[in-house]
Amino acid sequence: MAKYRLEKSPAPMWSKVLIPVAAVLVTFIVTSILIILAGANPFAAYYNFIIVPLSSKFSALEVLVKATPLIFTGVAVTFAFASGYYNIGAEGQLYAGAVAAAWVGATLTGLPAIAAVPLMLVLGFIAGMLWALIPALLKVKLKVDEVVTTLLMNSIIMYFISALLNGPWRDPETGWPKSPEFFEAARFVQLIPKSRLHLGFIIALVVLLIVYFVLKRTPFGLQMRAVGASKAGAQFAGINVNRTMLIAALVSGGIAGLAGVSEIAGIHYHLISELSGGYGYTGIIVATLGGLNPIGAGIAALFIGLIDTGAQTVSRVLGVPVYLGDVVQSTLLLVTLGMLLLQNYRIKRI
Amino acid sequence: MLAVEMNHIYKSFGPVKANVDVNFQLEQGEIHALLGENGAGKTTLMRILYGLYRADSGEIFVNGQKTLIHSPKEAITAGIGMVTQHFTLVPTLTVAENVVLGYKNGLVISQKEIEKEVAAASEKYGVQVDPTALVRDLSVGERQRVEILKALYRNARILIMDEPTAVLVPQEVDVLFESLIRLVKSGLSVIFISHKLIEVMAVCDRITVLRDGKVANTVKKAETTQVELARMMVGRETFGVHRPVEQKSSTPIYEVSGVTLEGKHQKNLLENVSFSVGAGEILGIAGVSGNGQGELTDVITGLIPPTHGSVKIGGKDITHLSPGEISKAGIGRTPQDRHEGTIGDLTVAENLALEHIKDYTKNGILDHKKIQEDAAAIIKEFQIKASPNDQLRKLSGGNMQKVVLARALSRKPKVLIASQPTRGLDVGATEYVRKRLLEERERGTAIVLLSEDLDEVLALSDRIAVIYEGSIRGIIPSAEATPEKLGLMMAGVV
Repeated sequence: MAKYRLEKSPAPMWSKVLIPVAAVLVTFIVTSILIILAGANPFAAYYNFIIVPLSSKFSALEVLVKATPLIFTGVAVTFAFASGYYNIGAEGQLYAGAVAAAWVGATLTGLPAIAAVPLMLVLGFIAGMLWALIPALLKVKLKVDEVVTTLLMNSIIMYFISALLNGPWRDPETGWPKSPEFFEAARFVQLIPKSRLHLGFIIALVVLLIVYFVLKRTPFGLQMRAVGASKAGAQFAGINVNRTMLIAALVSGGIAGLAGVSEIAGIHYHLISELSGGYGYTGIIVATLGGLNPIGAGIAALFIGLIDTGAQTVSRVLGVPVYLGDVVQSTLLLVTLGMLLLQNYRIKRI
Repeated sequence: MLAVEMNHIYKSFGPVKANVDVNFQLEQGEIHALLGENGAGKTTLMRILYGLYRADSGEIFVNGQKTLIHSPKEAITAGIGMVTQHFTLVPTLTVAENVVLGYKNGLVISQKEIEKEVAAASEKYGVQVDPTALVRDLSVGERQRVEILKALYRNARILIMDEPTAVLVPQEVDVLFESLIRLVKSGLSVIFISHKLIEVMAVCDRITVLRDGKVANTVKKAETTQVELARMMVGRETFGVHRPVEQKSSTPIYEVSGVTLEGKHQKNLLENVSFSVGAGEILGIAGVSGNGQGELTDVITGLIPPTHGSVKIGGKDITHLSPGEISKAGIGRTPQDRHEGTIGDLTVAENLALEHIKDYTKNGILDHKKIQEDAAAIIKEFQIKASPNDQLRKLSGGNMQKVVLARALSRKPKVLIASQPTRGLDVGATEYVRKRLLEERERGTAIVLLSEDLDEVLALSDRIAVIYEGSIRGIIPSAEATPEKLGLMMAGVV
């Protein structure tokens, strides 16, 4: 009887392009089973997932709205991962940025937009950096695994925000746990009238391009990629590995903080504990699907934004649970990761 | 009846012939040494016997029966156990748990029962261990005994010990030898892989010497001497590149003095290492693998700071500088492992530029044009078969080594540290690298050549230092060096 064995074999170049496409196809096949179980026709479901959201101007813009925070977090995670620092804490850093923006939006009421918006962005970036600082220092000083510490920091900030919203920032009129409304000038402008698309989308694209430029065209970007690919090799070449990782971790936190600023100043106008809905974690999916390339992350963010928007359509039209969107996303991540791993192997008959 | 008989074993890894027509016979109840330099094929042969590798051709008989061994599991079934240098124990489990792990199956394992069984086995074989102790609390020597007991508990009657003394302090070595001798008296047969002549002469009954993948000879201990073994082990073959005659002596420009590196355990990894090199001189540092060359390279290339001692270039202290600063001070460095000293995912051009990134930055932005041009020039000069934008990992070993060498030499260093510059390279690439080193010597570079290839050290060096167990056993001019003399020094005899 023939026996088969898995053996290592370098991935061919075309697999890089093929993997995202194949992953999407496999995901659709796998999730079809669930859609059938939920009592719907998979083809109708995917029509509603993919085509319907793009067929009206309103829902197409909504895809961009949903993609905006994911571009930020996806790029933030990409930046950290590129240097081999596994920042799982974008969610917490996002909230840190949102807290900073909420403070500006609630207190500095006299400020004109030209001052308020940049101030929120700067403070949000710094807040995200600060929230990323402790795990980053623990990593470079004591070699504590950043995956654990950044994740734990996410829980800590949720309690911190809960304390804020139930304490000093509780809405004085309604008593709801939400911070005071932003003054008008601190709200991001709408890009297109009667849509929710706001300035944050443009800022996200600018950040994406800056990060792309830094990674590909600056000496620091090259050093980051060197550290990410091989710490030993980078150290031998005279790169300060710890310093590089520290900076990457902090900047990543700052970009994630901008996601919080964008969501609060562009959509909600006040701080609530449900501000994010897991954008920080989805950012990891976005970064991975994007192949740790900022441009790829941008495309992945749009795609996930599409599925998110589509999930609501599917749910409304076909009566399946809206969580199907999450299932599709998660399946997509698992399939992609599996393929990224398995591309380095081939099956050999022995 | 022989315990093990291996006939006409051939094994190649790509172009490298690791075993060529090897015949090996282990008698019942003997300790049989497999002696040879690094890369002589000892470990490959034993991995074939233990089922970790498959021979390309050849037969294995265990206790007179032709046996096919395709996995360690089948080796264990055939009564063969192996203890490697890298232990495979779970630190957080007890000794007893480690011993039965993966062997005793069933839903419930009674702690009491396995401790009793392991204690009984420990008693029976005379291998002292405490079954209730946690492995993480044990010394290296104790861990090794757990590994031995693990093999014996699985009914091994043939025990392969792969350089068992490499990790031990002298007292532990004595304990190990006592246990081995006791085990052999109870009918066990032991294969002892080593390159230390003293140990081989102390404990073994017969010795098979491997050289370049072939059996040089099999001899009885009583009928040989250390000198004869050293000669068999190192042998000599001629090869193309030769150093021109004596260089006029020059004042030292690179000085390492009193470098000591403390280890995590009792042993010092480097012990008071001192040497100096002059301009236009090659100092070869010979030694068997694992005697401190790796640590010495790490210290003098700036990867780890020494506990004591200093490193100076032209009188300037560079002991505690970072790798980047050491490079700027005029020291070219090639890593001992070209895969670890480079970044496989980056391109050839990026790897060449990385060390001197400031020179390739214009207004804060990478000057890709200059990176490409310089890379193209270096590729041409060093005859590297690659283009600047190829990923480094796609290059062959020889071409990768040329990149590493080019990176070190392109800045015209005053001192070159070449660590294992030809390891794993084919003949052509080896010759190229050696020729290049001699050209650098002509240019007036002071070169420290750390190599486990004795022929290489002999052919290239003006003076030769021998490192053994972390200290320099002596430095001799190469005119006075013979393979036998160096062999004895490398084996710790003189």
